[in-house]
This record gives sequence, structure tokens and C-alpha cells, in this order.
Amino acid sequence: MSAGLLVVVLACAVVRPWGWPEAVVAVPAAGLVIGTGAISLAHAGAEAERLGPVIGFLAAVLVLAQLCDDEGLFHACGAWMARTAVGRPRRLLVQVFAVASVITAVLSLDATVVLLTPVVFATAARLGARPKPHLYACTHLSNTASLLLPVSNLTNLLAFAASELSFTRFAALMALPWLTAIGVEYVVMRRFFAADLDAGAQAPPGEVAPEMPLFAVVTVACTLAGFVLTSAMGINPAWAALAGALALAARALAQRRTTPGAIVRAAAWPFLAFVLALGIVVRAVVDNGLASALAHLVPLGSGLPALLGIAALAAVLANVINNLPATLVLLPLTAPVGSGPVLAVLLGVNIGPNLTYAGSLATLLWRRIVREHDTDVALGEFTRLGLLVVPAALALAVVALWGSLQLVGG
Amino acid sequence: MAVIVWITEGTWPACVDAARTHAPAGTEIVLLHVTGHEIPGVAHGAFAGLLGRGHPERDPGTRLEDLAATSARQLLDAAADRLGRTCTRMERTGRIEREVVTAAQGAQLLILARDGDHTHLGPHSLGPASRFVVDHAPCPVLLVWPEPAPGIATIPPPPHPPHHR
Repeated sequence: MSAGLLVVVLACAVVRPWGWPEAVVAVPAAGLVIGTGAISLAHAGAEAERLGPVIGFLAAVLVLAQLCDDEGLFHACGAWMARTAVGRPRRLLVQVFAVASVITAVLSLDATVVLLTPVVFATAARLGARPKPHLYACTHLSNTASLLLPVSNLTNLLAFAASELSFTRFAALMALPWLTAIGVEYVVMRRFFAADLDAGAQAPPGEVAPEMPLFAVVTVACTLAGFVLTSAMGINPAWAALAGALALAARALAQRRTTPGAIVRAAAWPFLAFVLALGIVVRAVVDNGLASALAHLVPLGSGLPALLGIAALAAVLANVINNLPATLVLLPLTAPVGSGPVLAVLLGVNIGPNLTYAGSLATLLWRRIVREHDTDVALGEFTRLGLLVVPAALALAVVALWGSLQLVGG
Repeated sequence: MAVIVWITEGTWPACVDAARTHAPAGTEIVLLHVTGHEIPGVAHGAFAGLLGRGHPERDPGTRLEDLAATSARQLLDAAADRLGRTCTRMERTGRIEREVVTAAQGAQLLILARDGDHTHLGPHSLGPASRFVVDHAPCPVLLVWPEPAPGIATIPPPPHPPHHR
């Protein structure tokens, strides 16, 4: 029954019947698995206890990103790119890679997808450059560049909570795979979009760039330092994220540039409820047989072949369903083995979604059926790029992870 | 019968100049810009991949549709200014190469710029979209250099030594 409920929850999250928030189905489903005893109250409580801090952390980062946007951080990034890449699309691509990688790593993939992508398009348009390579870079990096920090991706936060790693150790182990995956993306995209990048950019230099919003930049830097500090002191780094969000919120409220309601909405409560409910439903499915079924499939161990196998399995699962449920399913199986397999899961679920448009076949098929937005997306091009990038980036990133594990130690 | 000038980011000024030179006086000139569906498409897809976020109004693809429309209009305005003749502006969205071919139906001439590296002559002078357009154009095509063409000496040497039988 729990498996059936999980399917319903995921289907409703993809289809969004009548435009309902995903939580409308997920929360009652979680209630149902608890009510019917498919998951014991103790297990559900343990799951909620584990997910609680993760969700708080996520909320703080979402608010932080939104407030940074309100402060003009993303537009300042766009202005900086526009000023320093006049007439040079390849230079712009390098800058998009740098900005998207850092924004994704620090302010999470949501920030890159929702807030940075329009800025990147506007920047390319202002320069008179063809926008396609830069847009593809932005959307690909929102996945690939979300490997570095626990805050970069919800999948990382879940893995971070499930593993014994500290914030700094996580980042130290993932730095090399992060750089490797970004490097592969860059090499492939430069060649793949050579015709568009060669076309040049004709627009004359534009107006003077707006100033970097110093307060936001300093706050984000302090938040990052706070992550390191809290993790060294054994405190949950979510508090550092909260402090950063509060600092920006206090300033924005004092200057009357935002309202408490807008800040609360930026935390995306229905999404947080959805994550918690999904976690409980997945736990019920894992408890009721999925664990033993998948245990045969999951190669256990911390050797290079095992890590490659885990990452590949995670990438496949992420593409069939979505990376969020894939992470929730694979973490309980890999967490007892050690941090190596957990991080290999992350490589799979974070790099893998670039293979299919919209990151999962379920979403893709559904969108084809309903023809949402009435666009006939050039799936061929997206998939060809994905096939060129994902296997290479994934394999090399796993090798880099294996190397980091040898150097830093799991 | 009209002369169609395909306006693309980066290389359009050369096409406009070619239209000024080659379009007979009194011929209608159409400035055509096509916004590819993949522009909002990849953003819609990336947002759809974020499971559970709700808020369809935050979908960046919708913003990109607006931004792309504005940018196309500005590009066509700039092209019309440079042309300095009365002309028609045509904005289309869809699969770029197919939209261009459709628009070129019954045209007297289609003007487009070559792609590729500007520092040497040949090879790979056409990107995927231009390749399709040149292959499928239902009218005469004028392919122009985006900037003054480099010298003939920039042609790479022949790949193999000549065969002697």
C-alpha cells in the first residue's frame, strides 16, 4: 500500500492536478501511512526528527536567496558579466559558468534556476550574443554545480543529515568532484555550441554597471564562514543560514523594501511540508520491502567500482522518477556503509538529471502529453548534449570523489 | 516577391548591409527574427525538474518568453535603423530553422550570414540551423561573411598528400 501511495504522491507532484500544491496530496498520504500502521509511529517520528533540521535549513537558504535577489545581487552579477564580456561570447560563457557555479553552490540550485536564469538571458541579449549556450550552461550547472556544499541542493541536505560528515568535510570531499564535473560541462559545451559562440556579439558597451550590493555579499560571505565555524563547534550549520537570512530580512524590513508576508512566503511552506510528507511515505516504502529489494541492486562498498555502480544506479533512478525520491530511497541503504557511497549517490542524483529534459522521464512524458506552455521543445538537442555530458561528468566525478576519499579520508 | 533578411544575434549587421547592396530599389525587404522554442523551453524544463516547489508563477521560462520577445523587438529595431529603408519586421517563434524556411517561401532572395570561426576561411561555415536553412531553402540564398572575409591563405592545407597512380 505504501508503494501505491508513493506512486500517487509522486504522480500528483508531477501532474499537479487542478494546480494544487504538491503537499495537498503528500501530507494526507503521510497521515495515511502512519494511521494504517504502514510505518510505526517511532519510525515516522525518527524520520520527522531527522528531516526537521533539514527543512529548517532549506527554508533559511530559500529566504536568503530571495533576499539577495531583492538586494539586487543577481542583477549586479548580470551587469558585471555584461561589462566584462563585451563582444566576446566565449568570455561570457566562462563568466556564466563561474557565476552559476558559485550561486548554485552557495544559494542552492533553486536560486540559479529561478533567479539567475532570466538574468543570464537578459545579459546575453544586452551583449547581442546568442543566448542558447549560456542558458543551457545555467540550467545544466544548476544540477552539476550543486555538488559542493550541503546547502547547494536539497538532496545534499538530506545526505548531510543521513551521514556523519561535518559541513567542512563534506565540502572538502566534494570540491574535486564539483570542479571535475563543471570542467567536463565546460569542455563539452564549448564545442557543442561552437557555432553560436563564434557568432560574436555586436551590441555596443552598455550603461555603467550598478554597484555590487555590498551588504548582501558580506552577509553571504559571513554565512559561509558561519557554516565552517558552526560545524567546527559541533552546532548545526542551519543556524548560520538562519542568522544570514535574519540579517538580510532585518535590513530589508527596516528599509521597508519587503514585508514579513513576503519573507514568510519565500520560505515556500507547502514545499517544506511536501518534503517532510514525502520523506515519511518513502520511509514507509523502504521499511516495507523496498530496502531488501534494492539491497540486491545497490553495490555496497567504498571501492571505485562500487562507487561507480552506486552513482550510475542513482543517476538512472533520478532520471526515471526524480532525484528527490531517488535520494530518499537510496540514502537509508548507503548511509550505514559510510560517507563514500552516500556522496556517490549525490553525484548520481545531482549530475544525472541533465540527461533528460525536466530531470525525469515521468515529468517529461507528462509535459509531452499536456503540451504545457505549448512549446515543442527541441528534445533531440537537449538529450544529445546530456548524453555527451552526463556519462563523462559522472564517471570522472566519481573518480575524483574516490581520489578525495583517499586523500581526505571518508 | 521580397528579400528576406534573417537577423540573428552576433552576425546580423552584415546581412543588413548585404540587403542594402543587393536588394533592388523598390523591392520589399523583410527583416526576420526567430526565437527558438528551446529558449523558454530549457528554463521551463529546469523548473519542472524541481519537484514540489509549486508556485507556477515563479517559473523562469515564462519570464524568458517576455524577455525574448522584448529582445527580438529591439534587435529588429536596430536592424531597421541600420537598413535605413522602409522594411517589414517579422518576429516568429518556434523551431528556428523550420520557421526561416517557412518564411522564405516565395521569396526573391534569402540573406543569411555564415557561422563558424571568423579568423579563417572554411570549414564548418554553417551551424546546425543555418545548414538546415541552406539545404532546404525554397528560394535563392545569399550567404555573407559577418565581417570582411580573411585572406585566401587562411584555408587549411589539404589533408592528404596528392595521390599518384
